[in-house]
Amino acid sequence: MFDNVNGVELTVFVVLFVLVSGMGFFAARWRRADDLEHLDEWGLGGRNFGGWITWFLLGGDLYTAYTFVAVPALVFGAGAIGFFAVPYTIVVYPIVFLVLIRLWSVSHVHGFVTPADFVRARHGSSTLALLVALTGIVATMPYIALQLVGIEAVLKAMGVTGHLPIIVAFAILAAYTYSSGLRAPALIAFVKDTLIYLVIIVAVIVIPYKLGGWDVIFGAAEKKFTASPNPADGVILGGPAQLQYATLAFGSALALFLYPHSVTAVLASRDRNVIKRNMAALPAYSFILGLLALLGYMAIAAKITPITNDAGKADANTIVPLLFDNMFPSWFAGVAFAAIGIGALVPAAIMSIAAANLWTRNVYVEYINKDATPKQEARSSKLASLVVKIGALVAILALDPQFSIDLQLIGGIIILQTLPAVALGLYTRWFHRWGLIAGWAAGMAVGFWTTYQIQQKVFNPDGTITIAKAHFGGSAFPLSKLGLDTTWSIYAGFLALVANLVVCVIATLVFRAMKVADGEDATQSDEYFADSGDPRLHEIPEVVH
Amino acid sequence: MTATDPDRPEERRSGVPDATARARRSDHHPINWLLLVPLALTLFPPIYNSIDPTIGDVPFFYWYQMAAIVVSVVVTLLVYRKTRP
Repeated sequence: MFDNVNGVELTVFVVLFVLVSGMGFFAARWRRADDLEHLDEWGLGGRNFGGWITWFLLGGDLYTAYTFVAVPALVFGAGAIGFFAVPYTIVVYPIVFLVLIRLWSVSHVHGFVTPADFVRARHGSSTLALLVALTGIVATMPYIALQLVGIEAVLKAMGVTGHLPIIVAFAILAAYTYSSGLRAPALIAFVKDTLIYLVIIVAVIVIPYKLGGWDVIFGAAEKKFTASPNPADGVILGGPAQLQYATLAFGSALALFLYPHSVTAVLASRDRNVIKRNMAALPAYSFILGLLALLGYMAIAAKITPITNDAGKADANTIVPLLFDNMFPSWFAGVAFAAIGIGALVPAAIMSIAAANLWTRNVYVEYINKDATPKQEARSSKLASLVVKIGALVAILALDPQFSIDLQLIGGIIILQTLPAVALGLYTRWFHRWGLIAGWAAGMAVGFWTTYQIQQKVFNPDGTITIAKAHFGGSAFPLSKLGLDTTWSIYAGFLALVANLVVCVIATLVFRAMKVADGEDATQSDEYFADSGDPRLHEIPEVVH
Repeated sequence: MTATDPDRPEERRSGVPDATARARRSDHHPINWLLLVPLALTLFPPIYNSIDPTIGDVPFFYWYQMAAIVVSVVVTLLVYRKTRP
């Protein structure tokens, strides 16, 4: 398990990891509540986070260890297309600037904890709420599993192999999430983000200097992609890749804030102003992400070869840790690895809390124990958070990690299908509840069908093409499969969303014409503007159930 | 605005309608349209999909999008300040 381990790196890593775990347990006392046995406390940190905490929490939540590892890996492998992460995180904040404050207001008036709670009250449909909740859980679980891939990549680079270290790390994470709830990742996020900023800033100064400057780095990338027989890679986008780039960025941005874990972090903030200020300040992370993406080119220039995994395939996710290992003195490489490792813990904790809240509010209370006390709700969520994490662990260790990667890819596409019910629902009640359900079903069907059709191709140097994976080979759907005479491709989730919206509109008109009963709206227009200090907040006890 | 509806005394105490009306005004303020600027800058790759002009050896494709982050922050901050209660 510990052959060829770099002792200094591992020591620094372990020390920082233990320090952070201690903070996780201590967090239960931080901004202490009278009673953690309430979902508002355990699951939303008391709904009272101010600007700084929200900034760190959201940043720690949205920019995950997997992002840090996978985005540079994509740039390393395919070039410009991997940079989509930058427009994606530019576009997301202006969009949610207006949308999420409405969700915050109405959620605080009614005491909603999850997006499905809102859907339940707004559209008067428990079926639709259940679909939104299940979509959220299914989309989130593989995302948690992928955080383990991030930790695993770092451990591999340090020479640590075997499953035990990951099991131990996740057991510690599960224990402090169980005892401290959302306060744990909120407190740890400070350390995580500080380390990440430090590492990236040092990396973009030191590594280009060591490699001989940016022209060497981009030159090496250009040489690699010119030599590569794949027409889709390059230092800039190939013509047909431009539509894919734009729709991938836009679709991912729309999906990001539909994920239950982002909603959790937003609902935990104190007032509308905190959210708005954060939407202006969060792009600081996008800047870091952009620099991080360029590490992929630095890895090309530094001639990094990815570690081969058990299945004999090169694991591109190891290139960033290997680059750090190569370029930094051991002690600083240890710090960098800890930054990625801890970077996995924060989102994993928030995601498991968000999935657990969905389970409790929209399945347990709705269908199993209708008269659950707040204490029972909190207990149910705490247990569910454990189950979710064990599930993620099993998915990575027992199944092929590729399975989680495929699922996460689909996760982004299916979470996008809750957009009409959640995001458009914040603005309009025009859609019929059964119309929304029909649209959701159509979006899911198109999403699965398109991703199933997508092949992963390997372009051999002799000009032939090998199909590495026949299905679920990516998210770029070639429009030629629809019979269009073009080489362009589009983000599969975007296509699914268009189908969803079209069906929503048509089905709504049909159900109206058939005079099918629509749900009752339990929210009022004024409630979408309520701010902290408003006596209506929490005054209406529970509309849901 | 005076809120003296005798049926809803809690509103008189804290002036809810005022706060809500303010939030409604700020959410509907025309300056919010500026938030489309970051989208327009980044969602049409043909604008920036080229190597030249480079800055310090970094191709246009990369530095343009990094610069777009800065523009996006400035725009969002501006809207935030103008619509602050």
